[in-house]
Amino acid sequence: MSSSVATQPSAPSAPPPGSAGPARVQKSLLSRVLARPEVGALAAAVAIFAFFYAVAPTFRTLPAASTYLYASSTIGIVAVGVALLMIGGEFDLSSGVAVTTAALTAAMFCYQLSLNVWVGVIVSLVVALAIGFLNGYLVVRTGIPSFLVTLSTFFVLQGINLGVTKLITGAVASPNVSRLDGFSSARAVFASDVDLGIITLKITVLWWVLFVAIGTWVLLRTRVGNWIFASGGNEASARAVGVPVKKVKIGLFMAVGFLAWFLGMHLLMNFSSVQAGIGVGNEFVYIIAAVVGGALLTGGYGSAVGSALGAVIFGMTTQGIVFAGWDPNWFRTFLGVMLLLAVLVNLYIKNYAAQRK
Amino acid sequence: MRTTRRSLQVVVAVTAAATALAACSSGGGAQDEGSEGAAAGEEYTIAMITHEAPGDTFWDKIRNGAEAAAANHNITLNYSQDPDAGNQATLIQNQVSSEVDGLAVTMPNPDAIGPAAQAAVEAGIPTVAFNAGGDAYLDYGLLMYFGSNEDLAGQAVGAKISQDNPGKTVCVIQEQGQVQLETRCAGVAKTSPGTEVLYVNGRDLPSVQQTIGAKLQQDPSVANVVALGADIALAAQQSIADAGSQAQVATFDLNADVAQQIADGGIAFSVDQQPYVQGYMAVTSLWLNLTNGNDIGGGGPVLTGPSIVDSSNIDAIQPYTENNTR
Repeated sequence: MSSSVATQPSAPSAPPPGSAGPARVQKSLLSRVLARPEVGALAAAVAIFAFFYAVAPTFRTLPAASTYLYASSTIGIVAVGVALLMIGGEFDLSSGVAVTTAALTAAMFCYQLSLNVWVGVIVSLVVALAIGFLNGYLVVRTGIPSFLVTLSTFFVLQGINLGVTKLITGAVASPNVSRLDGFSSARAVFASDVDLGIITLKITVLWWVLFVAIGTWVLLRTRVGNWIFASGGNEASARAVGVPVKKVKIGLFMAVGFLAWFLGMHLLMNFSSVQAGIGVGNEFVYIIAAVVGGALLTGGYGSAVGSALGAVIFGMTTQGIVFAGWDPNWFRTFLGVMLLLAVLVNLYIKNYAAQRK
Repeated sequence: MRTTRRSLQVVVAVTAAATALAACSSGGGAQDEGSEGAAAGEEYTIAMITHEAPGDTFWDKIRNGAEAAAANHNITLNYSQDPDAGNQATLIQNQVSSEVDGLAVTMPNPDAIGPAAQAAVEAGIPTVAFNAGGDAYLDYGLLMYFGSNEDLAGQAVGAKISQDNPGKTVCVIQEQGQVQLETRCAGVAKTSPGTEVLYVNGRDLPSVQQTIGAKLQQDPSVANVVALGADIALAAQQSIADAGSQAQVATFDLNADVAQQIADGGIAFSVDQQPYVQGYMAVTSLWLNLTNGNDIGGGGPVLTGPSIVDSSNIDAIQPYTENNTR
């Protein structure tokens, strides 16, 4: 959440130089801050934090913070890419199983050929980027909505995860890679604990903060960021002013592929072996995080920090319910109500900001 | 010992196999192992329809057992699955329409799947249940049942915990609302008072680890974590390490990693319901029924578990987990 505080003041001072540039009405600083996509999510996150802080004593401890930040990070890492992709006007339903594909590829490649784990890590990165490229290429080449293209990829990958794993290993789980060379260094990079003195965090939390920072910088400070907003906002006029829409979209799909790969590596190094059937359904969690964080389902609007706040809301709520010790039969209901409230707070603040001049 | 009835069955079976499955390859089937029950070249087609969620090592073992039995008895196995009860019933109807010689089904939700299985029985297809549905298979006229009694298995775990490491127990359910899993935890609670249920999302292992970790932080007095699947047990171990908890892990099901952990002392014990046996027996019992008129169990369920695997017997069992048969 610290990164959100850092980026907000800079946000209004970054007018998109390449875009059409509507006449800017002078608004107060408060209004400009409130108009940011992630402000509503920030308010919702603070409200949910305060709520669990009040009702669940364990929630107030630092180890608990470490747990829910870890929970948020495993959602948030892929959600950054998904949010950027949604701002660019496209959708990816294959990201959940792509994580599993990446983990399985790395495990099987280095195990079957008795190679260093890092070789598998690199090969699986290439595969993950190729999946992203294929998604993007098919979308921009055929004009088929990304919803359908990536839905197909989702099914294809699900089948490949099962079929290829069974074919190669004879079982539906990847082999255990923990005895291969390079495992301990890979584990240190992707799945270690980092002691920060007062709190011990999973390293995924730090990577997540880095990815959010990079996403924010690209969106708000670079020409590519403007291209992304333009491609998602109005594709035809973006093309007319010379934005390379196709390249932008393919690049965004590849970014999602990269982040899915990263989470897949965490999965593999953390658990040493991976079952072929997992990951299904997580694509929606990433999309939920992006949407709760203020990204529009129609494209052209949203932020990287918002996706992080969405992930925090989701992670805090799922773990907070456990910390509060509520009757587990109602778990999903609590989760649903919390998420709806988060979106309502988000919407309320956005409307409030729009009315202020 | 050929009777007229058996000859007729053979004719029907061969005709059905020839017409419905003319395109099937017979290359996969191993030769009949010299059994006198079946004539050479005789081939049955048996359909197996389960509620498997794809990509789970547990189901892979059931399927390995079924395929091994099919290969041994020169059977063509039509395997299909769908976790949705309604879809599973439709798959059963499809197999009845294609006039298979025998049918093996799981019945996690007897109300939805039972009628379809009953229709198969009424169409004259010998049908057995396995893995799930031990309480209901007789209601729908099914011949036999092979599987574990979830309630008894749960009670076995609870009893062992109460004896070895009494204290507060968290029973982790990886699929909310799945009847079998709920029954197991209810069984654990019967013999280990103070058992609490925790729901996790079994499709997302980091989330499993985080949620169990949150529970252990919320209640440091937890002495036992009971997992209902092998991969959940391994995630639970990580949570315990992260939370600095003293809890011990007990689990249902085995895989190579869990067997290693039992050997190393990281996991206390596992209750194995022997899925390989379930798949193997479901197919073999149908073959025995078709060729020899047998019914196994004499009207009662045949239990494949609970078989407790702990440090005392792990050495004998571990090699089989590497083969994916235990």
